Amino acid sequence: MIGLSHYLIVSALIFSIGLIGVLRRRNLLMLFFATEVMLNAVNIAFAAISHYYNDLAGQMFAFFIIAIAASEVAVGLGLLIVLYKKYGTLDLDDLASMKG
Amino acid sequence: MYEIVAFYLFSALTIGLFLVTVLSKNVLYAMTSLAAGMVLISGFFFILGADFLGAVQLVAYVGAIMALYSFAMMFFDATRDIKEKNTNPALVFLLGGLSAVVLVLMFAAPIHSDAIQALYPMHEGVGNAQDVGIILFTKYLVPFEVAALMLLVAMISGIILAGKKMDQSLTEDMSADDEILTQKDEK
Repeated sequence: MIGLSHYLIVSALIFSIGLIGVLRRRNLLMLFFATEVMLNAVNIAFAAISHYYNDLAGQMFAFFIIAIAASEVAVGLGLLIVLYKKYGTLDLDDLASMKG
Repeated sequence: MYEIVAFYLFSALTIGLFLVTVLSKNVLYAMTSLAAGMVLISGFFFILGADFLGAVQLVAYVGAIMALYSFAMMFFDATRDIKEKNTNPALVFLLGGLSAVVLVLMFAAPIHSDAIQALYPMHEGVGNAQDVGIILFTKYLVPFEVAALMLLVAMISGIILAGKKMDQSLTEDMSADDEILTQKDEK
């Protein structure tokens, strides 16, 4: 029988995949994809806990995470387009203007 | 039985598709596999009985967010492979693996679950959508309105940021335009 820990382990695996993506990507668009993967992993965990504890609060949090992800994508893609118009690249190493 | 088969199928496919998203060099492959993985995640929600959340995932994530990404991808050169120089891949994989171990230990740790009681319990014989609607419009009304306002602000900022200088071409080389023009001349 599938228990809560099955879902939580799948969610943790997907979250780590997103974390690896955030760590190794240098392209800004690909970094956005990796953050979407992480947000989806958290949504799975919320829905699973909501199901197994018979509580609706987890699903509510998942709804608000989806709303936040939608606005993040809208603002972030606008910023990406402005960056691409200004510099012609989306690579983080080329965009770094502060030498440290 | 069906739940077990569906759970293992969905989890294997989702993990594989998200690995393609994270490791692929091509933006098009990454985006399509991300969209497919999100469809499969809505399958998880349907297994878990969160029908309304699954529908919202399909409509908002697969419909709206992936359409935004594909729209933005048209601005950038999507056919070319992305060149990324990784300074120290071994360190990155070590850090990622360590964080994965910490996360799995955190989630698999025993918790004192008897003390947890449902704040907003689900009702028997009431559909998921009705239950969600009642809670959303009573207990979570203020966050709901704030989320609506935040989406409005995000929409306006997206329009303003992306809408400047729309008449100029983004790509530097005009060879594609010349190609189209010569094809027109040949006709």
